[in-house]
Formats: sequence, C-alpha cells, structure tokens
Amino acid sequence: MDLSYSDEEIAFRREVRAFLQDKLPPELSGKVRAGKELAKADYEGWHAILNAKGWLAPNWPKAFGGAEWNAVQRHIFEDECALAYAPRIVPFGLSMLGPVLQKFGSKAQQDHWLPRILNGEDWWCQGYSEPGAGSDLASLKCAAVRQGDHYIVNGQKTWTTLGQHANMIFCLVRTDKDAKQQEGISFLLIDMETPGIEVRPIVLLDGSAEVNEVWFTDVRVPVANLVGEENKGWTYAKYLLTHERTNIAGVGFSQAGLAAVKRIAKSEISGGRPLIENPHFAARIAQVEIDLMAMSTTNLRIVSKAAAGQAPGVESSMLKVKGTIIRQQINDLARRAAGVYAMPFASEAVEGTNAPLPDPLAAGPVAKQYFNNRKLSIFGGSNEIQRQIIAKTTLGGAK
Amino acid sequence: MNFDLTDERQMLQDTLRRFLTDRYTTQVRNDILSIEAGQSVEIWTELAELGVVGALFTEDCGGFGGLGFDLAVVFEELGRAGVVEPFLDNAVLAGGLVAALGDETQRAQLDEVIQGRLQMALAHGEPTTRYDLSRVNTTAVEKEESIVLNGRKAVVVNAEAADVLVISAREAGAVDDEAGISLFLIPRDAQGLTVEGYALLAGGRAAEIVLEDVTIPASARLGVSGEAFAAIEDRIAAANVAICAETLGAMETATRLTQEYLMTRKQFGRPIGSFQALAHRMSDLLIEMEQARSAVINAAGHLESDRVIRERHVSAAKNLIGRAGRLVAEDSIQMHGGIAMTQEYELAHIAKRIVMAEHRFGDCDHHLERFIALSAA
Ligand SMILES: Cc1cc2nc3c(=O)[nH]c(=O)nc-3n(C[C@H](O)[C@H](O)[C@H](O)COP(=O)(O)OP(=O)(O)OC[C@H]3O[C@@H](n4cnc5c(N)ncnc54)[C@H](O)[C@@H]3O)c2cc1C
Repeated sequence: MDLSYSDEEIAFRREVRAFLQDKLPPELSGKVRAGKELAKADYEGWHAILNAKGWLAPNWPKAFGGAEWNAVQRHIFEDECALAYAPRIVPFGLSMLGPVLQKFGSKAQQDHWLPRILNGEDWWCQGYSEPGAGSDLASLKCAAVRQGDHYIVNGQKTWTTLGQHANMIFCLVRTDKDAKQQEGISFLLIDMETPGIEVRPIVLLDGSAEVNEVWFTDVRVPVANLVGEENKGWTYAKYLLTHERTNIAGVGFSQAGLAAVKRIAKSEISGGRPLIENPHFAARIAQVEIDLMAMSTTNLRIVSKAAAGQAPGVESSMLKVKGTIIRQQINDLARRAAGVYAMPFASEAVEGTNAPLPDPLAAGPVAKQYFNNRKLSIFGGSNEIQRQIIAKTTLGGAK
Repeated sequence: MNFDLTDERQMLQDTLRRFLTDRYTTQVRNDILSIEAGQSVEIWTELAELGVVGALFTEDCGGFGGLGFDLAVVFEELGRAGVVEPFLDNAVLAGGLVAALGDETQRAQLDEVIQGRLQMALAHGEPTTRYDLSRVNTTAVEKEESIVLNGRKAVVVNAEAADVLVISAREAGAVDDEAGISLFLIPRDAQGLTVEGYALLAGGRAAEIVLEDVTIPASARLGVSGEAFAAIEDRIAAANVAICAETLGAMETATRLTQEYLMTRKQFGRPIGSFQALAHRMSDLLIEMEQARSAVINAAGHLESDRVIRERHVSAAKNLIGRAGRLVAEDSIQMHGGIAMTQEYELAHIAKRIVMAEHRFGDCDHHLERFIALSAA
C-alpha cells in the first residue's frame, strides 16, 4: 500500500499544471468558473489548444493520434483541468465514437473520421435516446431500411446534447423489426446536413439550451456509414457506454465545486460573521469533504486497477452513483450558502446592473447549476439503473 | 379537535382552485414567466376582484380574513398552481406592516391594495444580513420635519412593480439591535432611490435598491420611531406560514404529477411505478407529505399565539418543509427522468418554486438554529 503518487506521476501533474497555466485562456476559465454557458467557439478553441499539444485524445492509442495515457495519467489530467476551470472536452467524438471506430470501424472509416474528430472538422452528437426509449434503450424505434446503397432513416431521437452545434450524429437505429430487441439494432453515422433532418431545441428547467430533439424523415444515409455489421449495433453501443463511464465520478468537478462553496461561505455574512464559521454550515461542508476524500481514493483504486489492465466492472456503477450524489450535494451546498442571492435568475442578469454588488453574486448562478445538475443522476444510465446493475451482480443468484 | 375548514374558508378554497385550474394553466403561467414584467396585471386584478387579496387582511383593514388559516388556505392553492404573482409581498409583508403599524391615512391605501390597484413591496434585507431580521445598516436621520435615508436593500421582491415601498432603516442602536429600527412608506420613484431589477429563477422579479439621501417627510414613518421590530418579526412569521403553505401546495402538485407519471410511463414493457425502487420512494414522499401538511397546520394555528410559541411553530414548519420540500422536488424530478428537466413541463416550475422558497426568510438550517434558541428560552 502506498498512497503517494510515483515520481513520474508527480512530474506529469506538474507538466499538466504548467501547461494549463500557460495555455488556458483566462477569459475561458473565467466563464467556466462563473458557470456561464459556453459558446461553440469556446469549446472549439479549447479543443484546438489541446490538439496542438497532442493532448486532445488522452485515451486514444498513439497510432490514431491520441496521447495513450494510462488511467492514472488521465485521472491526473482531468483533475487538473477541473481545478483550473478548463472547459470540459466535448465527449461525443473523442470519448464515445472514437473508441468505437478504433475497435469496430473499417480502415476507411478510421482514416476518414478519426482525424476530423481531432482537428475539429466534425462535431459529433449522440443519438441514442428516444422519447419511448430511455432507460430501456433497446426498445428504440428509429428505423433504417436498406434501399440499394442507402439506408432510409425515419424516426426521432431526443435529449441530444449540444446537437445544435453538431454536423454529425451517431445513431442507434432499428434495422430488423422482427429480431429480438437487442439483435435488430445497427450503428449509423449520419450527416446532419442531409435533407429530412430537423433539430428542435429543448429548453431545460434552468433556462439552458443544451439538449435537442432530432427528427428524421426519409433521410438517406450511405451504407458506407454503417459501423461494423448490420444488427450488431447493440454490442458497439454497450462498448461505447463503458467509455462514457470513464471519469464518471467527476472528482475534479467536485473538488472545484467544494472550493466554490467555501469561497461563497467565506464572503456570505450570517449573524455578523462569515457563514463558514457557522458550526452548522461548517459541519455540512465537512461532511461532504469527508465523503469526497474517500471518493477520491475509491476512484483512484478503481482507476489504477484499470491502469493495470483489469476492466472495471460493477465498480464503475458504484462510482457513478456515489460520484453524482456528492456532486449534487455540493451544488446543494452552494445554493444554500448563497442565501437570498441564490434567487436571481442568471448571473448575467445581475452583472448588468450598475449597483455595487456584494460578493455572493460573484458566486455565479448557483441555483441554476443546482437544477441543471439534477441531470447527473438521470443520464449516462440513471442511478436506479446503476443500482440495478450492482444488485444484479451481487444478488443475481437470489431468485 | 376539528380539522375541517370553516364554510367560508372552504368556499374560498373551492373558488380559488376552480379559478386557477381554468385560468392559470401551465401555458398561461409559462407565458407570464417569459414576459418582461414577470407578472400578469390581468390575473392580478382578476384575483383581487375575486377577493383573494382581501382574504389576507383582517376586517378592521377592509379585508375578511388575515389569520393563519386564511393565509394557509390561499397560499396552498397559489402554490398548487405555481402562481408567481406577488401576493406575499403586497398583502402579507408590505400591506401587513401598513396594517399593523400605519395610522388612518396610511392604512387608507390598503383599500387600493385589496382592490388590486396599488402594489407594494417590503425592502428589509440587506447584502450582509442574510436571514437575520434585526440586522439593519440602512440609516434614517431626522432633520427638522424630514427624514433622510441612506443604505442598500437586497433582493427586494416586487420592487419594480410596487408603487410604494415599505423600507426599514435604523434610527438608533447598534447594527443588530432589535430596538431602533423603523419602517417608512416611500414612493418607488422618490428622489435618490434607485431600483436595479432582475428576474428570479423561480419566477417573479426582484431588485437591488440603493438609497442615497432619500428625503421624506416625518409623516412617512409607520408607527413609533425605532419600534418596528416586533411587527416585522410578526409579519415575517406570517410570511413564513404563507411560504410553507405555498410550498405544501406545490409539493402536492409535484407528487400528483409523479404518481400519474409512474403509472403511465412504461420502460421494459411495464409501468415504471411497478419497479419497487420507485414505488418505495413514492411511498416515502407521500409519508413526508402528511408530515408537511401537519407542520403547516401547526404553524398556521399558532400564528396568533404569543411570540415564543408562534415563532417556535413557524421555525419548526419552515425547517420541516425545507427538508421535505427538497426531497419531494429532487425525487419527483429523478423519478420522471429527462422529461422533468424540460422547462415547459409543469414539474420543472413547481420544483423550482419548492426549492427556492427556502431562500426567503430562512432556510432549514436557520430555522433549526432558531428553533433551538426558542426552545431554550
Ligand atoms: C440533460 C440531459 C442530456 C442528455 N444527453 C443525451 C445525449 O446526448 N444523447 C442521448 O442519447 N441521450 C441523452 N440523454 C438521455 C438520457 O440518457 C436519458 O434521460 C436516460 O437514459 C433516462 O431515460 P428517460 O429520461 O427516458 O427516463 P426513464 O427511462 O423513463 O426513467 C424514468 C425513471 O424510471 C427509472 N427507471 C427506469 N427503469 C427502471 C428500472 N428497471 N428499475 C428502477 N427504476 C427504473 C429511472 O431511473 C428514472 O428515475 C440526456 C438526458 C438529459 C437529462
């Protein structure tokens, strides 16, 4: 047992930190820190900076232009990025589709699509969920019928994150209506410019514009855009989900969030003293911090197992559940800490005023974030579904 | 013991519920949320004509209610429909303080409030007061026949729509003394008074108010100089009863929507309510609902009691509702899945009303501490 990082790992952390200090534009980290919505150009700009350094695809093999870091390095990188308030890396091309193409795509698909993910030519979004197919993803209905060299796609996808920026969508579609649910699904790459596609924004409860509905009417997709074999899409989809669940614990986000809570609680005055000195509130902060310290080690234990080549199984479900609970608790604390100043709508609205504003407002839109992050326990396999997976693994025999 | 409403209150509840069901649909409310003013003048006037504002005032002020149970009945219905119009600010807070402390001329304005023709707001909290009621930094200095105010008021709900503001300021004592605080009736467009408004996350609007040498006649003072604290505490207790009842109503809507959704939404070929993991959580919410209802009844029933008894019950209710409300809001969203994250779905607004209610006049921690202090007293 050795809780310290190795010399190489420490050196790596230093390198990452120096890079972020040098290359992360302050106006970008300022936006992230203030909880503002990022524009398409913000994400693209950050991707380009990382790509120039060769760090945009930490999990990809070097052969495909990735950094090929091990799990501990990736963890250090994600940690440092979160603490520096770097924008998140948009995961759809880099963490989701990339690994699928590398494992199941044809040589032609790899050669064509992978470089375009790195250089930002394509912005991908994920077309899995449908109105009727959420947790029960395999019940999806969006249909693709083969006609010569094309598939004709009809149906609807929903909750498509940042689909408004995307020019490409990878979709699970039904290619065999008669087979067992999981066996009639294929994995298609679809150009969003194709006639018959309509993107409609969905405004979320905090007013943010991050998800969309995508409608398909007689959309023609070249057969060359089928990944792997027809009707084998479920296998690829599940492979992708294991990648979607890396960094699932979000330890770095939690640490940054906790630092923000402390900042707010220092400037907010309660009973004539900083809120952070209120024993009751201090206890709430301490409680989450204790959980987070353990979570961080749980995460590292599982991560180093993965670094040693063992696939994390049920542990990633555990990380998802506990990690999102902690993140949501931290959002809750930030909201509480801000007191009456949690009530204003967005920070933008308040920043426009000329009145000298007190510090709590500099905390950013804490209540907005609290509501927005209710999504953490819903998407990426809801926490109930994760618990179901844990239970099945441990109690599966009990009938 | 009798837990039934009086005939009058039952009638009020029925009328209000019918009106809001017909008139205050999700669509209408979401439209109101998107307009600049943040409230609908038509709806406000219609509800005033229906007597809803009047129900929040006692008879000697031209109303026909004004007691704890009147507030509870009205606000539960308003909460059920997620109403964003400023009943609390006009009738319970600002109007309530004019009723409690005002002289005959000042109270005459309440007629206009009850009829929905005049709006008011209370400007009491300041940037560094959080939920402390006695901490007032804004100063009022009497010079000959006039009074000069200087200071800053924070998150004043309904400030922009208000024709008249009830503003607290200190005339004597240290910054957190209960003694020395006065209230003043000041037109919103008074010289030296600036109002910087913004929208609130859960609907409605508020503003930062800056007072720079705002000069008013001594006749603008409500009641005796430096003796407003008891009335402020009493009206904020009433406001907390109203907020608790409103939250209870919103929680009812949240649980009803969730119950319906669990019975109709199908995944894996069956209604999701048939999954025990959700069924048990739904049961827990319903158990908490009963607790929440009782807490509101306790607080409403003791609003006219002596101070310590009243405040203890109010803090108990605000603490319990804060906890139960958050549970109901979060679990209702979770059990819906993605659909509850969309702005246009009714639950989204309702959940925001529930959670953000904690931020007015004390969250559950504040009221827990207060309950402990009052219990020791
Ligand atoms: C902000 C946001 C962004 C998203 N981005 C994307 C995206 O980019 N691409 C994409 O494809 N999808 C995306 N999703 C969709 C997301 O994956 C789904 O919301 C998720 O799978 C849940 O599905 P659902 O919303 O239909 O809820 P449902 O599946 O209907 O679930 C409703 C409730 O029932 C519970 N439940 C369901 N089955 C069971 C069971 N067997 N046992 C116990 N409880 C159960 C769920 O946990 C939940 O509490 C996004 C969702 C959100 C909210």
